[in-house]
Amino acid sequence: MKLIERLYKDAPLATRNEITPKLGFLLTVLLALVWLIPFLWMGVATLRPSSDGINLMAELIPSLKPTLDNIRDAWEIGDFPRYFLNTTIICTGILLVQFVTITLAGFAFARLDFAGKTPIFYLFLMQLMLVPVLLIVPNLSLVVQLGLYDTLAGVMMPFFASAFGTFLMRQAFEAIPTELEDAALIDGASLIQRIRHIYVPLSLPSFSAFAIISVTSHWNDFLWPLMVINSPDKRPLTVGLSVFTKTAEGTQDWGTIAAGTLMVIAPLLITFLIFQKRFISSFVTSGIK
Amino acid sequence: MSLAEPAALPVAASAPPRLHIAKRFTTRFKASLPAYLLLLPSLIFLALFTYGAMGRVIIDALYQRATPKAPLRFVGLDNIAAVLADPAFTGAVINNVIYAVGTAVPSIGLALLFALALARTNAVTSALRAALFLPVLIPMVAASALFLFIFLPNVGLLDYYIGRLLPVLPNWLGDPDIALYAIMIITIWKNAGYYMLFFLAGLQSVPEDVMEAAHLDGAGPFMRLRYIILPELKPTFLFVIVIATLNAVTQVDHVFVLTQGGPSNATNLVLFYIYQQAVEHFDVGKASAATMLTLAALMALTALSFRTMANREGGP
Repeated sequence: MKLIERLYKDAPLATRNEITPKLGFLLTVLLALVWLIPFLWMGVATLRPSSDGINLMAELIPSLKPTLDNIRDAWEIGDFPRYFLNTTIICTGILLVQFVTITLAGFAFARLDFAGKTPIFYLFLMQLMLVPVLLIVPNLSLVVQLGLYDTLAGVMMPFFASAFGTFLMRQAFEAIPTELEDAALIDGASLIQRIRHIYVPLSLPSFSAFAIISVTSHWNDFLWPLMVINSPDKRPLTVGLSVFTKTAEGTQDWGTIAAGTLMVIAPLLITFLIFQKRFISSFVTSGIK
Repeated sequence: MSLAEPAALPVAASAPPRLHIAKRFTTRFKASLPAYLLLLPSLIFLALFTYGAMGRVIIDALYQRATPKAPLRFVGLDNIAAVLADPAFTGAVINNVIYAVGTAVPSIGLALLFALALARTNAVTSALRAALFLPVLIPMVAASALFLFIFLPNVGLLDYYIGRLLPVLPNWLGDPDIALYAIMIITIWKNAGYYMLFFLAGLQSVPEDVMEAAHLDGAGPFMRLRYIILPELKPTFLFVIVIATLNAVTQVDHVFVLTQGGPSNATNLVLFYIYQQAVEHFDVGKASAATMLTLAALMALTALSFRTMANREGGP
C-alpha cells in the first residue's frame, strides 16, 4: 500500500485520506498491466526459439535463449517490404491530396462569403454521418467502372476529400487575424498566394494533427483494400498480415505470427512513443469528426 | 482568380424585371465563383464516393439479377423484403445489437474509471495512459492475430493461465455460445483507451474549487461522482455513446480474420453480412438493401443524439 501511496501522491479529484479513489487507482494499474499482456506475449513469443515447442508458447516469461529466427522467417515468408511500401504509398497519397482539398475547402468556408454557403456546409456535414465504411458496395462498383480495380489509386480515392479535415482547417483559418491577409492583399498577393504564404504556414499544428489521424486510420484500414486489391503484390500491410496469419496458422507457427504482427505494428507504436503528447491531443481533436 | 472584379451592369435600367433578377443572380454567382472553385476538388470526391454512393445504394436496392450474368430487373422493394426475411440478416442485426451494447457499456465504464484515476498528469499517469492507449493504435487485424493465440484451445494464453482453473476448457472461438463474447473482449480491449481520452478531456471542465467545497461539506467520492462529475460529463457520455455505436457497426476486421461470421453465424455482424452478399454471393441488390437499412438506422441514431447534444449547448 506504501507504493500505491507514493504513485498516488497527486491524488486526482480526491483527497488523500479516502480509500475509494485509491482502490480505483489500484484497479486501473492492474488493468493497465492486463492491457499490456498481448503486447508482452508478442515480444516474448517473437524471441522464443521454436525448439521450445508449442507447450511453452503461452509462457509469458521470456526464453533464456532468445533468437531472431522468427523475425527472419516472417520477413522471408511474407512479402513485408512490399506490404510496407504499398501501405506507405497509400497513406502518403491520401494525405497529400487531402492536404490540398481540405486547405482549399477549409479556406472557402472560413474566409469567403458565397451563395449557398449554408446548404453546402450541411452537405459536408452529412459526410460525417454517412459512415464511409458502410458504402463499400457502391464504391467498389464505382472503382471498377473507373478502371481502378486492383490499383492502389482505387484504394486511396474515396478518402481524397475529408469533411473532418475541412472543418479542422476552417477552424484553424478562422483563428488567423484578417489583418495579416489585408497586408498581403495590399501587396497584390493573389488568393492562392495568400493561402499558401499566410494561412498554411500559420496552421501547421492543425495540419500535423490531421496527418496523425489520417495516417493512423489508413495505415490500419483493412476491409476496403481487401475488396479493391486482388494481386498479392499490391496488398497493404493489414491484408498481407491477415493472409500471412492464415498461412502460418495452419503450420502452428506462433513465433512467426508474433514476429509478423510485431513488424506490422512497430512503426506506428514507435512513432507514438516518440510523439505521445501530440498523438493524444490529435485523437482528442478527432472527437469532433 | 481575383476577388475584387466589379461587375458591369450595362442595360439594367431598361431591362425587363425578369432579366434583372437573372442578372442579379449572375452577379452573385460571379462573386461566389472563387469559393466554388476552391470547393470543387472536395465536392467532386464527395459527390462520387459519398452522395453518389448513397444514391447508388438506393437505386441498386431496387434492382435484381436472376443470375450473376442475367440482365438487371426492377424489383421495387423485393430486395428489402428479402433481406428482412433472411434469418442470416436478422441474426446479424441481433448479434450486432448484443455486440454493440456488450462492448459499449464495459468499454465506456472502464474508460471512465481510467480517466478518473489518471486525471492528474504526472510521469506515472502518463505511462499508464500510454499503456491503455496502445491498443487503439494497432490495426484490428494485428489485434486479431494476437488474440488468435490468446483464444487458442488448450495451449493458448487464456487456457494456459486461466483455463486450468475451469472444470472444462472452453473452445473460445469455436463454441457458438461463446464466440461472440470472445470477439467482444478484443473490442473492449481496443476501444476503452480511446474513450478514456474523451473523458479525460471532459474532466478538465470539472471546477476544482467546487470539488474542494463538496469535499469540505463532507461529500464522499461517490457523492461527488454522482452530483458533480457525472452531470458535467453528460455531453461527453452522449458523444462517446455515438462513437461506440458507430464503431460497433463499422469495426468488423476481427470477424474476417478470426471467425468468418461463424461458428453457425454466431459472430455474423451486419457489415460482414453486407460483404458476404456482395462479394461472396454477388448479390448487389440484397447487399444494397442491407446497407440502406443499416445507414438509415445509424443516421437516425446519430441525428437524434446530435439534436440532443445541440439542445444541451456545445458538445465536448
